[in-house]
Amino acid sequence: MAAGDRRWWLNRKAIVVLWMAASVGIWVGLHCYIRRVSMRKAEEVLVSMCEERARMLQDQFAVSVNHVHALAILVSTFHYQKHPPALDQETFADYTARTAFERPLLSGVAYAQRVVHSERELFENQQGWTIKTMKQEPSPVQDEYAPVIYSQETVSYIEALDMMSGEEDRENILRARATGKAVLTSPFRLLGSNHLGVVLTFPVYRSGLPADATEEERIEAAAGYLGGAFDVESLVENLLRQLAGNQDIMVNVYDVTNTSEPLIMYGPQFPDGYMSFSHISMLDFGDPFRRHQMKCSKKPPIPLSAITTPSGVFVICMLAGYILYAAWNRYDNVKEDCRKMEELKKQAEAADVAKSQFLATVSHEIRTPMNGVLGMLDMLLDTNLNLTQKDYAQTAQVCGKALISLINEVLDRAKIEAGKLEIESVPFDLRAVLDDVISLFSAKSREKGIELAVYVSDRVPEILMGDPGRFRQIITNLVGNSVKFTERGHIFVHVHLAEHSNMFMDAKVERGLNGLSGEAKLTSISTVFDTLSGLEAADRRNSWENFKLSLSHEQTWPHSSENGSPYDNRADKVTLMVTVEDTGIGIPFHAQNRVFTPFMQADSSTSRNYGGTGIGLSISKCLVELMGGQINFVSRPHIGSTFTFTAVFQRCGKSVGGDTKRTLSEALPTCFRGMGAILVDRRPVRGAVTRYHLQRLGISVECVSTINEVLNAIQGQNGCLRSGMYSKQPFILLIEHDSWGTKVDVCLRDQLLQLKENGCIPEMPKVVLLATSESDKMKAGSNVDTVIMKPLRASTVAACFQEVLGMGKQQSRDRPKGSAFLNGLLDGKNILVVDDNKVNLRVAAGVLKKYGAKVECAESGRDALSLLQLPHKYDACFMDVQMPEMDGFEATRQIRMMEGKANEKNRNGEETLAEEGFAMAEWHLPILAMTADVIQATYEECMKCGMDGYVSKPFEEAQLYQAVAKFLVSDS
Amino acid sequence: MEYSNLRRQAAYMKKSLFDQGYLDEQFYQLEELQDDVSPNFVEEVVTLFFRDSARLISNIEQALDKCPQEFSKLNAFVHQLKGSTSSIGASRLKNECTRFRDYCDEENLEGCLKSFQKLKREHAVLRQKLESYFQLLRQVGPVEKATRPSM
Repeated sequence: MAAGDRRWWLNRKAIVVLWMAASVGIWVGLHCYIRRVSMRKAEEVLVSMCEERARMLQDQFAVSVNHVHALAILVSTFHYQKHPPALDQETFADYTARTAFERPLLSGVAYAQRVVHSERELFENQQGWTIKTMKQEPSPVQDEYAPVIYSQETVSYIEALDMMSGEEDRENILRARATGKAVLTSPFRLLGSNHLGVVLTFPVYRSGLPADATEEERIEAAAGYLGGAFDVESLVENLLRQLAGNQDIMVNVYDVTNTSEPLIMYGPQFPDGYMSFSHISMLDFGDPFRRHQMKCSKKPPIPLSAITTPSGVFVICMLAGYILYAAWNRYDNVKEDCRKMEELKKQAEAADVAKSQFLATVSHEIRTPMNGVLGMLDMLLDTNLNLTQKDYAQTAQVCGKALISLINEVLDRAKIEAGKLEIESVPFDLRAVLDDVISLFSAKSREKGIELAVYVSDRVPEILMGDPGRFRQIITNLVGNSVKFTERGHIFVHVHLAEHSNMFMDAKVERGLNGLSGEAKLTSISTVFDTLSGLEAADRRNSWENFKLSLSHEQTWPHSSENGSPYDNRADKVTLMVTVEDTGIGIPFHAQNRVFTPFMQADSSTSRNYGGTGIGLSISKCLVELMGGQINFVSRPHIGSTFTFTAVFQRCGKSVGGDTKRTLSEALPTCFRGMGAILVDRRPVRGAVTRYHLQRLGISVECVSTINEVLNAIQGQNGCLRSGMYSKQPFILLIEHDSWGTKVDVCLRDQLLQLKENGCIPEMPKVVLLATSESDKMKAGSNVDTVIMKPLRASTVAACFQEVLGMGKQQSRDRPKGSAFLNGLLDGKNILVVDDNKVNLRVAAGVLKKYGAKVECAESGRDALSLLQLPHKYDACFMDVQMPEMDGFEATRQIRMMEGKANEKNRNGEETLAEEGFAMAEWHLPILAMTADVIQATYEECMKCGMDGYVSKPFEEAQLYQAVAKFLVSDS
Repeated sequence: MEYSNLRRQAAYMKKSLFDQGYLDEQFYQLEELQDDVSPNFVEEVVTLFFRDSARLISNIEQALDKCPQEFSKLNAFVHQLKGSTSSIGASRLKNECTRFRDYCDEENLEGCLKSFQKLKREHAVLRQKLESYFQLLRQVGPVEKATRPSM
């Protein structure tokens, strides 16, 4: 790890250095390139500037030369072709002064006449002065002279000087008259201004010289010479001043006639500073003998752009590098963080699982001692306590029970979170489960005077595959909540098929447009709603309007509620929609969104007033989701709440249907089938619920809304001649408590008596009052045969009717549950009971005898074996498991061995027996184990040694029945 | 008058037996088995139980006295006793038996002895109570079929 880290660091350093180097390289390269480009550009600029200056200088020079030429012609014209000459010094000076602007470059012009030595005296006499040399001395004798006769005023000091006496002038004169063109001297310091300058000399010929004259002819024809001094310095300065940009550029003008020794005409002799580049332009001043050149040089431009641009690029490179570096760093950091997060997440998840497991374990561990505590409290309550002590102990017990139920809930929740909760799938009877739940809360609802009712749609199959325990838990929780929070009105649980519910919801929407106004009117006029108790409910679905729709819908479908129609078997799954509606305090709007959060109640005052932890609903939600459904609710404060959930169950296969149905549903007595009943109920919904329970008993119900209508119903339209069921058999009159009054009952009784006398009815109908609370019970006068307390359950209703009709005696002497069937199954059967415990033996025998079996007893496995020697008469054997000498397992094994041998013998001898037409069935005695501890291990061992089942000791009727029913065929 | 008084007394006695936890639901079931054919079924069974249990208790006592104790044997005896007690619905005895068996499983001699003393005490109390109850019932006569008190 560390080594890798270091290598990574080295790597990173190397990359940083490389990047720097590359950036510097880029900088240098770019710098050179830009520099070269800018140099080339500067050079081009210099060349063009230099050329321009040279050309301008040349042009200016040419203009001056031309003018001097013109003067030469002037002199020749007016001095030599006129006789006497028209020109004198005064005229010449005047003229030249006035035309001086034409020759800005010439400091002055003068005319020297050619005088040969022979003519000297004459000339001197004529002029009145002697010829002098340049040094103002009288000229020595020469071949010829060139004294200045006319001069411009600016150069009047040279008058009478012999031009031939000066070195440069003489040479100039000689060349000029030989070529006939303007010639220049080499540069020298001028006399007047001390500026560098050149002297221009122009020959003046006597007229008549042809254009192509030879040199000798020209020398011969020369009459004089016109000269002018060019002040080159001021000339160039003037020129440069006219041009822009002259400050950057240094101009030198050279006379390069002698190439090895250029003579400077303008500019500093030794240019100061470093001049990186220069350009030389040739100048042509019109003198073929002399060559001039101009040299322009310039300081190299400071290459700013060659520094700034690469620097910019360098900075950008560095920035880019930094960005990349930072991004890389960041990426590394994020990757590291991510890894850490993953680790933390794993830890958190592990912690969560551990928490759930801890919760599950702890709550399990708490339960065990709590059971002890509760048991002890129970026992404490049994002892002699005074009132205060008893109160304390009872309080402790209540608290303990609350704690246990809370722990159970927490355990459930923990299990759900740990994913350990599994939904089982066993066949169960939904209606029985609902009846059970209802009966749990019946005491409370009666106490509060709340109407508690269950309704299950006929189209819900009787037997469903699912988890009855969990289903029951959900319902219990919802109904429990409702009971807790409801003080008046009703709690109504009803179950429909989900697709079916949707259908009539649609129907409702369709007719909503028409029905809306009517409904609104209804609510405004009276406060009675079409619900179970007449109070308004949060969700209108349970109102009579919809309920009727659903009922009528059920009737339109061709089906029977009995063993299923083709429609019922169409799908494998059944989605049920269960609604629990109450008229309680409702849930405040602000709390509605956290109803399903664990440990959340609507507000803290709720738990103060009503108790509870608020974990129930969250568990219910989880359970519903596990069952593949959803849970919702509608709630309005002070009006009530309606919880609706869906759950998916499987239909029960046809093959097991019959059997399981008998064992699962507590068999409702069938003795009421075909009976009739009239129900007096003002509230249609309540009526429908009552009808539902009665129909489960096979009683057909006619529902009327007032007592007066009862008589009409009995009599029918044509008096007492109605051939309805009431005329033939007894019927029951059920009356809701709110339709009952002291006046009504006497009246009703009289009328019924009258009917009986008329023969319309065979006997007085039994009058049953349906009461919600204890106070209703008081209303029942002597005219009521019995009172049924709500909530209604089919079984309680059945028990009541049996009592009232007096038909229960033979059947309901014992508990109705299963007894009849056991009687049928065991009647007349020979049964062997094996137990070493005499008491147990006696009791078991007693129980079996009660069901009509003929019982024989054996006190040990050995005795049983000897009794069971084949052939024997026994139909079944109940065998204790733990016995001295030979225990139940061993005995069973031996019995099975015996049977096996006998069966083999039978098979061998079958042919002979078959001839006699006597087929022998195989021997197999059903052996049931009797055991006190029914645990899985015992059960497996029972099966292993050849037993057929087991019953717990002491006998429980239902279990006994289940075990026996598998093997014994009922004779009836 | 006296007759109904006695009946009430018997019913009260039974109720108190139930309330104090000496008996449980199983006892009702026994009473339900009592009919014209065997009118004294319950008493018969109870007598049988006490005869049987006395034997078992003495067996247990012997097993406890023996040194070293054979817990498995002890366990078997207690199991038998427990079977009997659950058959007549003597719930407190049954609970004690369960506890006794737990001690046997743990091979906890001290616990066993303590439990056994308690068992014997419970047994004696129950015997005394039931005997007086049946005494009372005999006085009432066989007319009344025992019914459940309304709880």
